[in-house]
Amino acid sequence: MRSWKVILEIARTHLFTKLKSTVTASIGVTFGIAAYITLVSFMTGLNSMLDDLILNQVPHIHLYNEIKPSENQPISLYNEFEDAIPIIHSIKPRQNQRKIHNALPILNDLEKNKNVKGASPQLQAQIFYLSGTIELGGNLTGVDIMKESKLSNIQDYITQGSILDLKNTQNGILLGSGIAEKMSLSIGRKIMVSTAQGDRFQLKVVGIYQSGIAEIDNIQSFANLKTVQRILGEAENYITDINIKLNDITQAPALAKVLERKYNVSAKDINEINAQFETGTNVRNLITYAVSITLLIVAGFGIYNIQNMLIYEKMNDIAILKAIGFSGIDVQFIFLSQAAFIGISGGILGLILGLGLTNFIDNVPFETEALPTITTYPVNYNPANYIIGFFFALLSTFIAAYFPSKKAKNIDPVQIIRGN
Amino acid sequence: MSLILETKNINKYFGKAKPFHVLKDISMGIKQGEFASIMGKSGSGKSTLLYILSTMDTDYTGELFLQDELVTGKSQPELSHIRNEKIGFIFQFHYLLPEFSVLENVMLPAKKLGLKTPEEIREEAMDLLKKLNIGHLDSQKASKISGGEKQRVAVARALINEPILLIGDEPTGNLDSYNSENLFQILKTLKDDKGLSLLMVTHDEDLAKRTDRTIYLEDGRIID
Repeated sequence: MRSWKVILEIARTHLFTKLKSTVTASIGVTFGIAAYITLVSFMTGLNSMLDDLILNQVPHIHLYNEIKPSENQPISLYNEFEDAIPIIHSIKPRQNQRKIHNALPILNDLEKNKNVKGASPQLQAQIFYLSGTIELGGNLTGVDIMKESKLSNIQDYITQGSILDLKNTQNGILLGSGIAEKMSLSIGRKIMVSTAQGDRFQLKVVGIYQSGIAEIDNIQSFANLKTVQRILGEAENYITDINIKLNDITQAPALAKVLERKYNVSAKDINEINAQFETGTNVRNLITYAVSITLLIVAGFGIYNIQNMLIYEKMNDIAILKAIGFSGIDVQFIFLSQAAFIGISGGILGLILGLGLTNFIDNVPFETEALPTITTYPVNYNPANYIIGFFFALLSTFIAAYFPSKKAKNIDPVQIIRGN
Repeated sequence: MSLILETKNINKYFGKAKPFHVLKDISMGIKQGEFASIMGKSGSGKSTLLYILSTMDTDYTGELFLQDELVTGKSQPELSHIRNEKIGFIFQFHYLLPEFSVLENVMLPAKKLGLKTPEEIREEAMDLLKKLNIGHLDSQKASKISGGEKQRVAVARALINEPILLIGDEPTGNLDSYNSENLFQILKTLKDDKGLSLLMVTHDEDLAKRTDRTIYLEDGRIID
């Protein structure tokens, strides 16, 4: 029995005769939503950039052989000392190989694991970069460059040259940018490296690697796995590290424990490798949402005020409507449908304005040493943010309008009419 | 003749801490086609009674019948529907919606009732305006016309749903003698031509004398 048509007609007339209040209320929502969209897009864009910065350089699980003392010292084999507290001086680490035992079968097994996105073998070698009589200490990591590029986006950090150049050059090296600068080397030049044992090798610079972290760029270089194995004089199954990327990063701690036992190696998951990573992400997300919700609440109060004022102005109208046969609910729906209109129109405008602002930010130049491949501020165009923003616009206008409209519903027409 | 409106022992109090007895055992009735007026001094409770009869005020004891149907105790939405369908209102201070046009004001109750198409309602509203000699004002904003004209628009709005009862709270109170007489004639014609029942509160003794019956209220009681 509700006559929607006439209710909406009255709501529309109110909205358009009080155009100024309508526009003010809508603008409140528009700015609230636009600020929300802009802030969330920008913040989550920055967040995922920072996350990627860490995630791309750090494996989800890292397998290696740790050099550490044996947990069961020989004394524990003697039953006589069972109740005593042994005191042992000068414990030495256990004599152990650095290489992972059975590395190739482990790699095969990992590739079959459903949780694993990929596993890449690495060979870490301590070397010296030689320039005349000057020796600079450093790391040379032997990698399967094609696998590595799939798992760690290493190509994003190659500022000159490419991964294919390394793949196609037997004795190629991706030189850290710090070393390249120190030794005045560029692509095509040769560099001499020596192992800890003193064996010397000549490598050809095929690319420059820049992680953005100076300490790494000053020591780290990459070469093909086979090249490094040859430099060290080791066999083809000599692999010291296996880096694993998972499909779901949250599985990392659990899976690391399983792999540790299964392959009898040390395994570190991303939370151990970079403990502040998760905390940082969570805190940044928290700030983003706290600020956004504050913005929306402020917009909501604006709507509440305007709706309240509108109802005070319309007291007479409400009394007349009730006298001529509109029920309290009808009157409430008049004010709620006005709020819905303000919410929808303000919300849509807010989304458009927000999109424009994020697009603007997306085009602002942002160049930093740390991120060689990024040229503008990162922005996240996640449609979910837009949907959430729109729903929040509707929700906040509804809540802001609900209480004033309830007041309108309960206005006693007799009091208004007699009061005059 | 059947009664359009009937009350049995209506009592009303104002205030809660120290209740003031406003209406005392009001029992009365309005017949079909009767033009009744209520008179009384300020504070005698005549307006209070009128708003109880109009179903807008539900805070009373006793019983109210409309066309032999008990109205007391019905829910607010039901009462709204009854007001919409069966009762027409004319207030002292015009009470039109100022942002709507004259025609829209008249059409509003009919649109709410929703029994006729918008075209039929528009036609009927125009007919009513023409009969009240204000057909030329149809597209004017309600806030832009004179007091006498507003009151005639209010009459048109009260009649659009063809109510069984027309209630007026000093409908002529705010008008000059010319417009006042004019409105009275219109109401009288409605009663004579259509058999409409009318009930109005008035201060004007002359006007009251020209109605079929005058109910006098004093200190919340009907006196003969």
